[in-house]
Amino acid sequence: MRLEARGQTARGWLIAAPFAAVAVTLAICSLFVAWAGAPLMPTYAAIFDGAFGSRFAWSETLTRATPLMLTGLAVAVAFRARLYNIGAEGQLYVGALAAVALGGIAEVASLPPILVFAGMLAAAMAAGALLLLVPALLRTRLGVDEVVTTLLLNFVALLFVSMMLDGPMKDPAAMGWPQSVSLPDTLQLPKLIERTRVHAGLLIALALAVLLWGLLKYSTFGFAARAVGANPRAAAFAGVRVERTMVIVALLSGALAGLAGAIEVMGRTGYVTLDMSPGYGYSGIVIAMLAGLSPLGVVLASLFVAGILVGADSMSRAVAVPTYIADVIVAVALLSMLVATVFARYRLRWS
Amino acid sequence: MRLSGITKRFGSLLANDGISLDLAGAEVLALLGENGAGKSTLVSILFGHYVPDAGTIEAFGAPLPPGDPAAALAAGIGMVHQHFTLADNMSVLDNVMLGTEPWWRLHSQRRAARRRLMETAGRFGLAVNPDARVGALSVGERQRVEILKALFRDAKILILDEPTAVLTPQEAGGLFATLKELVRQGLSIIFISHKLPEVLRVSDRIAVLRDGKLIDVRDARHAGEAELAHLMVGREVAPPQVRPHAVGALVCELNDVAVGGADGLAGVSLALHAGEITAIAGVAGNGQQALADVLFGVVAPDRGTVRVDGRALPATPRAWIGAGVARIPEDRNAVGTIGDLPVWENAIAERHAGAFARHGFVRRRAARAYARRLVQRFDVRAGRGVDTPARALSGGNLQKLILGRALTGDGDEKIAHVPKLIVARQPTWGLDVGAVAFVHQQLLDACAHGAAVLLISEDLDEILFLADRIAVIHRGRLTEARPANAWTASAIGLAMAGSSATEHADAA
Repeated sequence: MRLEARGQTARGWLIAAPFAAVAVTLAICSLFVAWAGAPLMPTYAAIFDGAFGSRFAWSETLTRATPLMLTGLAVAVAFRARLYNIGAEGQLYVGALAAVALGGIAEVASLPPILVFAGMLAAAMAAGALLLLVPALLRTRLGVDEVVTTLLLNFVALLFVSMMLDGPMKDPAAMGWPQSVSLPDTLQLPKLIERTRVHAGLLIALALAVLLWGLLKYSTFGFAARAVGANPRAAAFAGVRVERTMVIVALLSGALAGLAGAIEVMGRTGYVTLDMSPGYGYSGIVIAMLAGLSPLGVVLASLFVAGILVGADSMSRAVAVPTYIADVIVAVALLSMLVATVFARYRLRWS
Repeated sequence: MRLSGITKRFGSLLANDGISLDLAGAEVLALLGENGAGKSTLVSILFGHYVPDAGTIEAFGAPLPPGDPAAALAAGIGMVHQHFTLADNMSVLDNVMLGTEPWWRLHSQRRAARRRLMETAGRFGLAVNPDARVGALSVGERQRVEILKALFRDAKILILDEPTAVLTPQEAGGLFATLKELVRQGLSIIFISHKLPEVLRVSDRIAVLRDGKLIDVRDARHAGEAELAHLMVGREVAPPQVRPHAVGALVCELNDVAVGGADGLAGVSLALHAGEITAIAGVAGNGQQALADVLFGVVAPDRGTVRVDGRALPATPRAWIGAGVARIPEDRNAVGTIGDLPVWENAIAERHAGAFARHGFVRRRAARAYARRLVQRFDVRAGRGVDTPARALSGGNLQKLILGRALTGDGDEKIAHVPKLIVARQPTWGLDVGAVAFVHQQLLDACAHGAAVLLISEDLDEILFLADRIAVIHRGRLTEARPANAWTASAIGLAMAGSSATEHADAA
């Protein structure tokens, strides 16, 4: 048995790969379900039901998918240019913190809300972008591996947020909990559906997905980013400004992840805590890979991951399988997708 | 040695198709074929680098296990690769001994090894200094070390993969003498080449390969060049037409240009004129890449000036493209094209932000139409047309794409675009005869239309065929560029080996 390079990958393969990966993932995870002693089909049915089975289930999934879409887009655009941004988690937190730092000041209440909104989003994007700018410059100028720097900066960012929440930004009314002040109601994103948590952030995320898709496909910047990602030497030879492109991609990616934090705060939680993100930044990597780094694919992939997370919650109440199965499914999905991308380039030959 | 029915596939490509060959004792068998005919695959199978899909190899009556280089070595098969496999930072003796001693032996038997090396060297007339560092040796000397390495391991069959590609004509002559001596002492040699004259000169029998198939085996004494060429190519290829061209104005001038590094430039001056092909000859690794990189706008010289049309250009590819310089890099896959992107995006890569952009967006319709015209005019064969990923193109088609991109500029058909300057680095490396003729014709035509052409090549035949003026590069220094008819092949060879330029100027 050996691997043999395919001359050309059929389009169909690229589209089928994520679905095959998900199917394999569910097959592998059946073993864990069986291990937990639960019946297989009812467990998966319960996850599906909890994710997409009712209006409420849909609303919860969409709410969860909103930040995931944004971190997924952040990772997808960076990976396209072969800038391996593993730091979306940290960028999300500093974005959230920046948004609240601006919106939480009592004095801004007198300003028109639309201005404050824009200011908060801009602050969050700037914070996320700056946090990724540092590793990007280290990479382009000094050749420092950005996988290491962005990954480690996550912990720096989280500890910084922790410091702020326990210090200058601590809410005096929170009875000692390390959390920021709550945003006033006027500074929270409007709900899209009554009596659910789905908020206008979903529309922002969807719009950005379409925008980013167009940008990558049609713009000269998108061409440069894809060229740099596919072959930096040839791109440089053809006159693409590789360093500049990398830096712009980094700013864009960091801004998207920072925006995820702001939108999560403004749409769902209302204040920053240290557990506001159950790893949205890391799940963004899984989503981007499942999406084949396509911004439109990110929308579908984030619905899948959000559905698993939400569905597993309600499933665990019905069947005796711990919610951790969701994390296992998401992690196995990433591994399956990586294997699927190998098979998109190579085929197995039996000899 | 006997090969029977060797077959090897790579994906859909049939690299070797049922090849059966015999090698007698004390003979030189040449494997002749174009690039991509399957010569290298065949010897890689022989030496155990690849496992054949079918077929067997027998050496001295015993079957050779497939895919086992150690077994091939043990059976007395030695190989000298085109790209040497020597450790530059070690001495000749160390390189020769490398891998011959079991790892558990505490004491290296250097003294015995040295004695044996000197003995072997003496027996075959291959003079070496066992203590010299390989990195300090000339290419010809390194090749001698490679041959000694194989002989030290008691090779009875020596495989040489394109051994003359890196040598000066004089060094090649030395190699042929060595081969004669080896055969006299009973060794058998497989000699791989696509150059007809040298094949006829050194070999006893000639096996011609084409498209993975063994076409014929001829006796070298009764074979003619024209006949072999026909067998090798399998079709008639019209030779490029040299059109008269008039030398025009000065287009590009290099003045005392220096680039640091091992393979750099040490003060190069050169003037390129419109309507003239200037060629830089030289052995690989003498500063050609640095010279090309300066003229591609990729590398800024440490010292000296480069002017195009009297203007100094910044070292950015954009500036050079904008100034009308057509650039053809050596490595088509790693530098020339972006494999994952389709043909049409590669076709406009140099102008994606220029002629093919509007308000920050790529003018897709114009770009695709341009790419379609380019593909048609330059006969680029691609399975799915302009949407084919560049990686799926063959070397020749890739080169046509790069050539087309460089020569057609912004692609407006009404304006016959002729680049001011064409800088071509090894433009026909690894191409089949038809593609070579095509590339040569394009360069000649552009020159006839008034472009200045700088051809930096390691293929002396190509240079002698195309160039109006020739300069030779050695260790980052350039000889004076003199008219092609003022050079003889042996004078070029001497200059490639680094004898002083003034000497030849006097001789001429």
